[in-house]
Amino acid sequence: MRIKTMIAAAAIAVSTTAVAADMKPAVIYDMGGKFDKSFNEGVYNGVQKFTSETGIEVMEFEVTNETQREQAMRRMAERGATIILGVGFAQADAISKVAAEFPDTKFSIIDVSWLDAPNLRQYAFKEHEGSYIVGVAAAKASKTGKVGFVGGMDIGLIRRFGCGYVGGVKSVNANAEVYQNMTGTTPSAWNDPAKGAELTQSQIDRGADVVYHAAGGTGAGVIQAAADAGKLAIGVDSNQNGMAPGSVLTSMLKRVDVAAYETFIDVKNGNFSAGVHVLGLAEGGVDWALDENNASLVTDDMKAAIESARADIISGKVKVHDYFSDESCPY
Amino acid sequence: MSVPPALPRWADVGLIPLINVLAALIVSGVVVAIIGENPFEAMMVMIKGAFVYKGSLGYTLYYATNFIFTGLAVAVAFHAMLFNIGGEGQAYLGGLGAGLVCLMFDSMLPALVLIPLAIMASAGFGAVWGAIPGYLQAKRGSHIVITTIMFNFLAASIMVWLLAGRLKAPGQMSPETRSFSPNAELPFIHDIANALGMEIARSPLNLSFVVALLACVGIWVLIWRSRLGYAIRATGHSTHAAEYAGIPVSTIIIITMAISGGLAGMMAINEILGVQHRTILGFTSGYGFTGIAVALMGRNHPVGIVLASLLFGALYQGGAELDFEFSTITREMVLLIQGLIILFSGGLAYMFNRPLAHFLGFLLTPRNVRGGRRG
Repeated sequence: MRIKTMIAAAAIAVSTTAVAADMKPAVIYDMGGKFDKSFNEGVYNGVQKFTSETGIEVMEFEVTNETQREQAMRRMAERGATIILGVGFAQADAISKVAAEFPDTKFSIIDVSWLDAPNLRQYAFKEHEGSYIVGVAAAKASKTGKVGFVGGMDIGLIRRFGCGYVGGVKSVNANAEVYQNMTGTTPSAWNDPAKGAELTQSQIDRGADVVYHAAGGTGAGVIQAAADAGKLAIGVDSNQNGMAPGSVLTSMLKRVDVAAYETFIDVKNGNFSAGVHVLGLAEGGVDWALDENNASLVTDDMKAAIESARADIISGKVKVHDYFSDESCPY
Repeated sequence: MSVPPALPRWADVGLIPLINVLAALIVSGVVVAIIGENPFEAMMVMIKGAFVYKGSLGYTLYYATNFIFTGLAVAVAFHAMLFNIGGEGQAYLGGLGAGLVCLMFDSMLPALVLIPLAIMASAGFGAVWGAIPGYLQAKRGSHIVITTIMFNFLAASIMVWLLAGRLKAPGQMSPETRSFSPNAELPFIHDIANALGMEIARSPLNLSFVVALLACVGIWVLIWRSRLGYAIRATGHSTHAAEYAGIPVSTIIIITMAISGGLAGMMAINEILGVQHRTILGFTSGYGFTGIAVALMGRNHPVGIVLASLLFGALYQGGAELDFEFSTITREMVLLIQGLIILFSGGLAYMFNRPLAHFLGFLLTPRNVRGGRRG
């Protein structure tokens, strides 16, 4: 048995090195940089996981100006990258151009679903589904029947978070009030914790006792303000429960790391396919976070409600409205 | 302490910038060595990345185009002793001007009419954005440094408001206008070369590089060969003497700032008409500020500015290659190297003047030194 395992392991090792020689992955982080504690860092974590499992080095680049997005992709392709991963919708324009120029190179991009190229995979997430189940949690935790939502930049993507959240809250308590604020209309809204704290404080002043954020770096201010006021916050993207233990009810996980890992591992195993991959609750692309930091906040009743909502969405019994489908929110 | 002999002009113009760059590179090399990479190897990657690799020269010249415009803008103002720090904002507004013209007319006008119109609009918007602080300086005595800095913020706010609101293209999430139709695009150099049967690698280098060189000639004529240029320089040397000589100083200040702002605004030709083909948020990326270092290094002379722009273009492009090539050298590292060069050639520009003057005074006969001073 042991010998068999060893032979199998050796065989895997040999095949890994063989593939490693002809696979050259590359990732282009966007302006936030790979250590932004949020979106780019999520991708970075997925890339790290891939590298540590396979031993394949991933070429990396962080763009600093507009022109570099396209340049970086072209350079990676010229350097023989076999798969190039773009991070974020801002790279959509660049990747569609470069993917057309290098038909033999594979491309993948996260948070984009509207492009069309035979060598391009696109990842979109059903943020509304994840937001819905944390909305259920918020409504269960709220004593005042009033909850808040703080978005980052006011774009359709973030409204989709907000809309799903409202849906989740209303499914538990139809009379609940949801206050919604956006931090701004430009990319700087992703990184304005002071304004995030201000908006949170004003929502708390109006009676909200759970505030969900979908605001990148701005969210640090949201969580801080909620913790300072003795209220609850809900994190986003990564597991942010540990940012203020006991004050973060849960986090809506958006697994960009899964998308990054899946892209590279599919190429490695020869399973790469173009097209749009939509990751929802069923695919494990979005979820809620339960760990030792928030275990005491999540009651059995709440947990049961979240899990049943989750199961209903996966089974299709509950369909969460997608803001993108008609640019409006019925809840 | 002995008074150092005056530095010959050839040394001031040629040797000092070279020594400054060298000093910056040595310090950068030390930093590169500290993080565990071979500084000579890094240097080679930077040089190859800026000039040798396929398409890299095009990128270097593309960045240089931006710096020529913003460097000239700072230089023109500097000849009237005005420190225009508002190149960033003026360039931003220039992008608005070019963008508005393209958005309004790109479906009806042919390229030969549309592009000159857009260029004029970019210069015009930049000029207005420069002339207002000029007016405030000339008539109200508000210091140009303060007002131009504040106008950068105003420009940024206006652009945010417009690009996230009225001008935003529907159906997508980025704060940017719709793409212009192809007749609003300045042709790429590689497309022109291919049409002429030459094979040149793709790069963002476009015809605005030629416009930038023409602007250099124009500014040389303006400053050293025209009545207005004389008035600008006279104002710069001594406001009171200029006034006494009958030069309308306030008008000259406003005109100089308008020209300066117009030049900065023309940077948008390269970015908006040449490369992005739509007006986007933050396309200026700090090029307006780098223009200050470029002008300082180029000694406010068009030839010097072209050379300094090439250097900074090479730094931007070669720096990106460093980031590609070495996993330990991140973009922050590249920024540090660029910062060191700006520090040495800008902030510490005159650090080596005294020692070099002493050294040359020792080497050369005093007569030579005096002779050089006149030229």
